Order: sequence, then structure tokens, then C-alpha cells
Amino acid sequence: MLRVEHVDAGYGDVQVLWDVSFHVAENEFVVLVGANGAGKSTIMRTISSMVPISGGQVLFQGQRLDRVAPYRIVEHGIAHVPEARQLFPEMTVAENLELGSLKGGAKTQRKQTMEWVFELFPRLRERRKQLAGTMSGGEQQMCAIARGLMSKPKLIMFDEPSLGLSPLLTQEIFRLALKIHKEGITILMVEQNVKQTLGICDRAYVLENGKIVLEGKGKELLENEQVKQAFLGI
Amino acid sequence: MEMFIQTLVAGILIGGVYALIGIGMTLIMGVMRIINLAHGQLMMVAMYITFVLYQFLNIDPYFALLVAPPALFLIGAAIQRYLLNPLIKIESIIPENQVLMTVGIGIVLTETIRFMFSSDYKSVKTSYSTATFNIGAISWNVPMVVAFILAVVLTASLFFFLLKTDVGKSVRATAQNKDAAMIMGINAEWITQLTYGLGAAMAAAGGTLLLPIYYLFPDVGGPFTLKAFIITILGGLGSAVGAIMGGLVLGVAESLGATYISMALKDAIGMVIFLLVLVFLPGGLKQLTKV
Repeated sequence: MLRVEHVDAGYGDVQVLWDVSFHVAENEFVVLVGANGAGKSTIMRTISSMVPISGGQVLFQGQRLDRVAPYRIVEHGIAHVPEARQLFPEMTVAENLELGSLKGGAKTQRKQTMEWVFELFPRLRERRKQLAGTMSGGEQQMCAIARGLMSKPKLIMFDEPSLGLSPLLTQEIFRLALKIHKEGITILMVEQNVKQTLGICDRAYVLENGKIVLEGKGKELLENEQVKQAFLGI
Repeated sequence: MEMFIQTLVAGILIGGVYALIGIGMTLIMGVMRIINLAHGQLMMVAMYITFVLYQFLNIDPYFALLVAPPALFLIGAAIQRYLLNPLIKIESIIPENQVLMTVGIGIVLTETIRFMFSSDYKSVKTSYSTATFNIGAISWNVPMVVAFILAVVLTASLFFFLLKTDVGKSVRATAQNKDAAMIMGINAEWITQLTYGLGAAMAAAGGTLLLPIYYLFPDVGGPFTLKAFIITILGGLGSAVGAIMGGLVLGVAESLGATYISMALKDAIGMVIFLLVLVFLPGGLKQLTKV
């Protein structure tokens, strides 16, 4: 479904990604793990076309994404739940959700989608008239995910959804991710929370200094000596 | 007491038009994060359009409302597209240089108009320019009342647009988080053009509404840029509600100052308020109203 092939990318003169290749198949739950500064978010921003690539290509359902304007990506069926939520703080939860469904079919089915999203996140229904910026971290993360779902995506990308959340809330978010996956939506997740995410995903890639160094089934990687040493402290 | 109420009425009426002009600047401020220092000059261009329509085609200034604001919308959108947005793309130029660009645009507009119409004072003298009616002992200037009502209508329409439509919400979203807006599928560059166009159109409407009672000359823009700037600071940067309050406060303060202190110091009063706000309420009225 999504193929990232030999991608080099960076900011100005600083190259962050070096020959990165990976893929996500339909209905898969794929995780990219790596330390701070490994280039995880840059990969997400590359797929969203917000960071231009200097080599390689990004393909989604056979179409090149790296030549598409950033605001067009959502029309291809990709939702990006960005790092640190990035909600519209001075707008209500309902307005934030509406802004997730500006294009095409998502717009005409806005009401039904919102109903579905509220069933996934009952808390948001209670808070729909509240300003997004005044909610707690966990609620904001739910709102960000819900906003992504409003575009009726085929693929949803989570950029560190556990950032700034308590262990309990983190678990809750991961449970919700699994639930979304069960609804038939393909997931690409970037995380530092290695142990938990490797446990729930289908496949994972390990990123180090802008290069993919390991690939495998989530549970296999959990047993991998290199992973254990680098991330799990065993 | 009567004089006081009369002064207050005059202040509120002019304040409504000030608010309209100020909201235009606030809108641009909110999305672009820059002060548009060509704001009054854009208004001045709209006044000249209205003047030309009246002088040569005999079109009533209120009908010019259908011409001047749309024209300024196009001019504004073009300024954003061809003069301001290119500056964002060059990383070695700090984005704040857009502010300097707006200063330049203001000067070019002023001098172009001076070249075409000379520096002479002009005015649009309609049959109703000095018409008044009385309620009790208070006399109401007809064009001022009309200007106030139309300003309220235009402001209300703008609020409806920003609060209820998808495009309006996109404008607010872009102001609050540009990156997230793009992820949602909003073409942020297009929104900046729309916003600058709208801001210019609001200023244009203000200018056109003022024309039956005001005189015009090429340098009339400068003082209005200043007024809009004061209103924006007074209301709190990027707050449309604040801009309405700011416009009314400035109108009333100027009016009271002109009556009780000195006509000549009218403009200085705005600046005094400006300083007081910066010292005692740096966040503007937004700090109090929270919107």
C-alpha cells in the first residue's frame, strides 16, 4: 500500500534520512521505533510531503506522493496525527473534528463519521463544545486521533501518540489504536515506547541515525539481542 | 450632560467604522502574524475608487460599496500572492521583513494616487452629507448612522463566515496552527491570499462608508493605518471581538477628547491610549474577554 523507497531527506543542508526503505501493506499495523533524533518524525513529515526529499520516492497505492502538495495528501486517503497533537487550541472539539473532514466524500459523510468517531471516543462527545486547548493531554490526543479519522483514511499515521501521557493513558491510546486497526484501517505508528508497541504491532522497523537497521515481526524484535540492549535495557 | 451624550453618540458611530477597519487588520495579523502597515493606504485607494465613481459616473457612494471592496479584495489577494508570499519562501530573509514590504506598498500606493490626483483635498458631497435627524435633544448625522449600521452588518457577516463556514473555519485553523491546517488539506497559501484580500476589503468598506462625511487626499492612509494599529493592539493581537471593542473605545475616546480637551489633540489621544494599553494591559482587551 505504502512504499518508501531509498529516501534521502533533510532540512536545508542537514540530511536526516539516509536511504530509508520500508513498506506498509494493506491492513497492516506497522511501527517505526527509534531513539530521539533518529528521524522518525521526519519520515512521517516526508510521507506527508511537508519535508521535501532529495532522493528516492514515496509511493502510495502506486502513486507518487513526494510530488504532491502537502495539503493534497489527505485526498489520497492518508491521515497524519502529528507529534504533540497540533490541535487548533482556540476551536471547539467539534470544530476540530469538522476540519478533519474538509475534502470530498469525508465532507458529505461528516455527520455519520462524527457519530462513529464519538462512539470510539465517548469522552469527546461529552467535550464537543469545549475548546480543544483546555482539555487534558490524553483527551487532546484522542481529539487529534479522532480528527485524523474524520477524513475516512485508508492509512492513518500516528506520530508518538504516547508523548507526554501517563503510562495508563498510553496503554489506553494503544488500545484505541488496535481498535481502529480492527475497523480495517491500516496503521503506521512512530514510537519511543518500544516494548509496548512491539507487542501490539504486526511488523516493525528500527531506525537509528536516519537509517533503517532492523526489520521484523514485532514479537521477534522483542527477542532480538540488539533491540534488547539498545531499547529495553536488558 | 446633553453635550456629553452627543459626544458619546458621535464617538460610537465613528467607532463602528473604526472597528470595521481594525478587524481587517486583525484578520491579517491573525493569519499572517504581521502588522499590515499598508492598511490605511489600501483604504485610501478604495476611497479614491469611490470618489472617481461618484465624480465621473455619478454613482452614489453606497453603491460604490459593491465596487470598491471587491476591487480591494483582488488588489489585496494579488499583493499577498506576488509581493508577500514570495518573501516567506526565501529562508535567508526573516519573515518579519514582510512588515517592511507592507510599508513599501503603502508608500507606492500613496505616491501613485498623488501622481494621478495631485495632493488636493477632495470630497464627495452628496445631498445627504449633512442631513441629520433628532431623537430628543440628540442630533444624529444620517450618513454616520448609515455607516454604523452597514459596518455592523458587514462585521456580523464576517463573523458568520469565520464561525459557520468551512472556509471561515479554515482561516481560523490556519491562524492557530499552519502545519496542522495543511495536514487537514487546507491550502495555507491560498488562505493567506483570501485573508489579505478580505482584510483589504474590510478596510475598503470602511473608507467608502466614511467618504460622504470625510474628505480625502493621498496621505489620508497614514493616520488610518495608525488607527487600525492602535485598535489591533487595544483589542489584543488577532482578536476580532477585541477589535470591535478597540474600535469603539478609540472612537469614543477621540470624540470625548475633541470635545473636552482640544480638537487639535484628537489624534494624540489615540496614541496616549496606545501607550497606556501597552504599559498596563499588554495583552489588550483580549486579556479580559479571553476571545
